Amino acid sequence: MADDDVKVTGGNGASGKEAPGDGAPGDVPAPKNGKKRIGALVKEEVEAFRAEMPAKVKEQIESVKDPTKTQVYTSIFRHKHDETPRNRALGVLSNVFLHLHPAKINRDAVRYPFTWGMGGITFYLFIVLTFTGVLLMFYYHPSKVQAFRDVLYLEHDVPFGKILRNMHRWAAHLMVIAVELHMFRVFLTGSYKKPREFNWNVGVILLVLTLLLSFTGYLLPDDQLGFWAVTVGTNMARATPLLGHEGPFGPQLGMTPYNDVRFGLLGGSIVDANALLRAYIWHCIAIPIIASVFMVVHFWRVRKDGGISGPAPVMLASEADKPRRAQKAAGE
Amino acid sequence: MNWHQLWTIATTPDNIPITALLPLVLFYLWLAFRQAKGNDELIAQLEADPALAKTHHRKTWPFRPGWQKEVHVWPFLLRMEFLAAIIVTAILMVWSITMNAPMEEPANPNLTMNPAKAPWYFLGLQEMLVYFDPWIAGVVMPTLIIIGLMVIPYIDTNPLGGGYYTVKQRKFSIATFCFGFLVLWVSMIIIGTFIRGPGWQWFWPGQTWDHNRLIYEVNRDLPDLFGITSNLGKGIFGAIVVLGYFAVAGFIMTALFRRKMPKDWSRMSLIQYQLMMFLMLTMMALPLKMLLRLTLNIKYVWITPWFNI
Repeated sequence: MADDDVKVTGGNGASGKEAPGDGAPGDVPAPKNGKKRIGALVKEEVEAFRAEMPAKVKEQIESVKDPTKTQVYTSIFRHKHDETPRNRALGVLSNVFLHLHPAKINRDAVRYPFTWGMGGITFYLFIVLTFTGVLLMFYYHPSKVQAFRDVLYLEHDVPFGKILRNMHRWAAHLMVIAVELHMFRVFLTGSYKKPREFNWNVGVILLVLTLLLSFTGYLLPDDQLGFWAVTVGTNMARATPLLGHEGPFGPQLGMTPYNDVRFGLLGGSIVDANALLRAYIWHCIAIPIIASVFMVVHFWRVRKDGGISGPAPVMLASEADKPRRAQKAAGE
Repeated sequence: MNWHQLWTIATTPDNIPITALLPLVLFYLWLAFRQAKGNDELIAQLEADPALAKTHHRKTWPFRPGWQKEVHVWPFLLRMEFLAAIIVTAILMVWSITMNAPMEEPANPNLTMNPAKAPWYFLGLQEMLVYFDPWIAGVVMPTLIIIGLMVIPYIDTNPLGGGYYTVKQRKFSIATFCFGFLVLWVSMIIIGTFIRGPGWQWFWPGQTWDHNRLIYEVNRDLPDLFGITSNLGKGIFGAIVVLGYFAVAGFIMTALFRRKMPKDWSRMSLIQYQLMMFLMLTMMALPLKMLLRLTLNIKYVWITPWFNI
């Protein structure tokens, strides 16, 4: 009966008798009960730990001394970043955000006075506006009942709401200024001439889209400023020739306040809830999507048409009408 | 001289962009013309010395044989872009913290603001409403502006000046664009912001905006000046004036163009020239009509039952 008891509580099947072939290695005699068996195992593990761990720890420390060689790092960054020409080129070409750039550019195109950076600044402001705009969208309802109060709420109660709204507004104004300065610069450097004519036109469309974005956003706070600005603007729409009910030949073509182009813009014959909702959708969804598509084309064409146009070597009037080969001989 | 009012207008948060636009435009104009002057001097030097023209690298910036013609985008361009992003962000942050976006009372269709001004970038068009009917000022003119901008690369046949600043080699195109952009667009924005007050009346800077001021302007139409009273007469007269303007001014312009710019004349095809001339004449018609209105109080030139110009 005592033996039976021992058997039940035994560790790894030890029957309580000495068995030379089984049990823990080493010179620990097979214990008479389970507890001693566990003790032996634990001791064994501790020994193994103390023997192997120092080497493992040392190996681990060695492997993180240079983080750029870890698997995590190399899985994210697929090439080295030390300063060789190859890595500098790869840094641009293998990066999804940067690969619009070429690997190298004209040494003088980096200088600020030539490009003024306005195209890039416009794009950066677009990103700032998208970011602040999305954040604003969390608090804004495009309905007549709520719009004005939401903007007041943003200004007074939402943490950092005031800065958010201000930044959205000022970035919008700055973007209009930047896009006009960009157009001015491109004109003054003649960077719309062959082969960049199409891209200039894409740019003009982007200018119009920027102004429309600004205009549709102006109405959204639903205050006196926005309301009357849109009233003036859409009242001009009713004067469209042929399509407006107060434009030349409009009434003759059956235009009334309830079916002309102004009605289409406002979703009604007055600037009211429908106009607000339409402005919201144009401003937040439709025009940004359209503008993004045109931006993609615009940036793509910059590369395809030969990159930043200059500064190009000056051409003399005497070389103007000669075939292009004449230029290369002149020290280009 | 109401300095307080001038200061208030200039520093109203929504007018800050225009107050900033003026020095910005002037600065960049200066920056462009400085480089253009450098290039023009180089061009003069190279034209005087053909031997130098063959070997010079043709830029105002230094270059020696053996130097790299191109530099790596990473890091050189990217650090400029990064710096630009930081500076723009800093400007935006300071601006957003110090200036509050405007917020008037809730929209009230029964209460018109006086003056009810469009956003600043459309003030130029709103100013045009003084001189033209809405269908011209609001639809036709903006459309022509956009079409005109789009057509520029296709009517500019001057092969010089592609990729570098120059004034000497592109006098005509630069003068035309600067007239349209600076004189017409930008200065109209400035007029709309600082000069137009209640009732869209003209107030010189410093003149207090008086909501009760009434200036009786007796406008007359051009046919009235000539004593034409019948509607048919007015219609025919107006047509003669408008089409005659295009014909006569077009003739003068062509004569001048042919004589002063013979190379461009020979380079341009018929359609290029006609497009350019039409757009140029239409653009010039704006200040011309403004002048007629401001000096002679003439409102309409062409009156028909369907439209007035």
